[in-house]
Amino acid sequence: MDRGHYKIFLGMAAGVGKTYRMLQEGHAEAAAGRDVAIGYLEPHKRQETSDQARGLEVVPRRKVSYREVEVEEMDLPALLNRRPQLALIDELAHSNPPGLEHGKRFEDIADVLAAGIDVFSTVNVQHLESLNDRVAELTGVRVRETVPDLVLGTADEVVLIDLTPEALVARLRAGKIYPGENIEAALNNFFRIENLAALREVSLRQVAEDVESKRLTLHAVEPLGTREERVAAEVPQAVGERLLALVRPTPSSQRLVRRAWRSAQRLGTDLDLLWVKPPGKPIEGDVERQVTALRQLASVLGATLLIEEHDDLVAAAARVVRERGSTYLMVGESLPRKGLGRLREPLPQRLMKATPAGVDVRIVAHRGGREEEG
Amino acid sequence: MIEHFLVGFALLLGLFGGYLIASTRWRGKRSERPQQVHQILLPFTGTEISRRALDAALRLAKAEQATLMPAYLAAVPKQLPLECAIPAEAAKAMPMLEAIEQRATGQGVPVDARVERGRSYRHALSRLLEHETFDRVVVSATATGAAGLSGEDLVWLLEKAPAEVLILRPSPEDHRVLTA
Repeated sequence: MDRGHYKIFLGMAAGVGKTYRMLQEGHAEAAAGRDVAIGYLEPHKRQETSDQARGLEVVPRRKVSYREVEVEEMDLPALLNRRPQLALIDELAHSNPPGLEHGKRFEDIADVLAAGIDVFSTVNVQHLESLNDRVAELTGVRVRETVPDLVLGTADEVVLIDLTPEALVARLRAGKIYPGENIEAALNNFFRIENLAALREVSLRQVAEDVESKRLTLHAVEPLGTREERVAAEVPQAVGERLLALVRPTPSSQRLVRRAWRSAQRLGTDLDLLWVKPPGKPIEGDVERQVTALRQLASVLGATLLIEEHDDLVAAAARVVRERGSTYLMVGESLPRKGLGRLREPLPQRLMKATPAGVDVRIVAHRGGREEEG
Repeated sequence: MIEHFLVGFALLLGLFGGYLIASTRWRGKRSERPQQVHQILLPFTGTEISRRALDAALRLAKAEQATLMPAYLAAVPKQLPLECAIPAEAAKAMPMLEAIEQRATGQGVPVDARVERGRSYRHALSRLLEHETFDRVVVSATATGAAGLSGEDLVWLLEKAPAEVLILRPSPEDHRVLTA
């Protein structure tokens, strides 16, 4: 039996309209003659959402007793028994109470898909495990219910429900997301414009990465036929990018290398690492250990570690950029400058001036304590 | 004339006093620093690591002002050269190291990560022991499934690691893991 088609509606926050859009598409499928049923819907007392659900068959929820409280959950056996062609299942990150078939709703969904039923579902970006810390860091709010990122990877389609932060706040103020008494608290906490802007960026990036990985997978499996087809297949990678990351023999450079490698992977290009070693400085002790670690990391990643002895970092980097044909230069944060160093132009600007036109310079923030420019 | 001499003398005395105070404070700060750089090795495999093992390693590292060395162990298939690039493994290792570093940085613990290749996880671990120095190893017994370090590997580690080895076995209901 073929696995069902899986479509996830991803949003940056509650209230962007994921469930509404899922229901809209459910109606469209039903109008096209498909057998559609709602497996689980969480309208959050939003009138618009409840209205949108009208006309679609709902598989009744089952009542489960949890900590002496009766809660309503999706009835997985009933849904599997009903066997619609398409099931709409809201909030895939939801945790089920103990005693049900699975601990998480996304696991229930896996069963539904395995039964050959197509599924539309919804999730907010902060529920993705790898982004949970990042989102908590950005917003100060941590969600408990998380799902492995792999869940998003298993979807055949991921649809980003995008809304500007201003529009979302306007929806909140209009009482379309939470009831009146909760609006002010929400505006002062999670629903601040800067939080929403950061979440929107995270969501957009997440979907971009998903699109990229799917595109690369498609290219990997597509048979190449005529020359024209082969040329066409190479178009997405025909930009000829080459990345160069300026590293130092310190543990913090590893993050820069990881970021650079990730970018290189996305661009489908090669990565060079360059350490400009001050002349006469011996490679020994801690420096030697760190150089060995960098060499090892470069080897694992398939990158090339270059060590150039030069007393001028910018001149050496510019020369290597020209020699290697680099189009993208990544540097770590170089802070803070002290003494006469304050009078000098910052490193990224000096690099921009010294490298050929068209070479982009990207600064990767240092996650831990600040380091001296070296 | 004598007034100028007195003012000059007072200035010199003040500067000398200031120097003494500053140098005493500086020495005091130096004596607070750890005498030795400690490293805590946290070897792991796959795409998740026990949250309990990670938290224990972070607590130790923080208490001892040590550096955490998360080490991803990669098994390279025999048909490939041992020192070859392993992008598929790297795709698993890099997000994990990123997630660990993020958690460590949030707790003020410095991180110095490694990726070590071997024909098996034990081989990778033995190569790591050969060229890295550390004072402690924290390893999770939850990684003893088919995909991770086996019970025999852990016994081997206890015998061979030139450092304290802390093997954590989470309680049966503790399934918390860090994934990327």
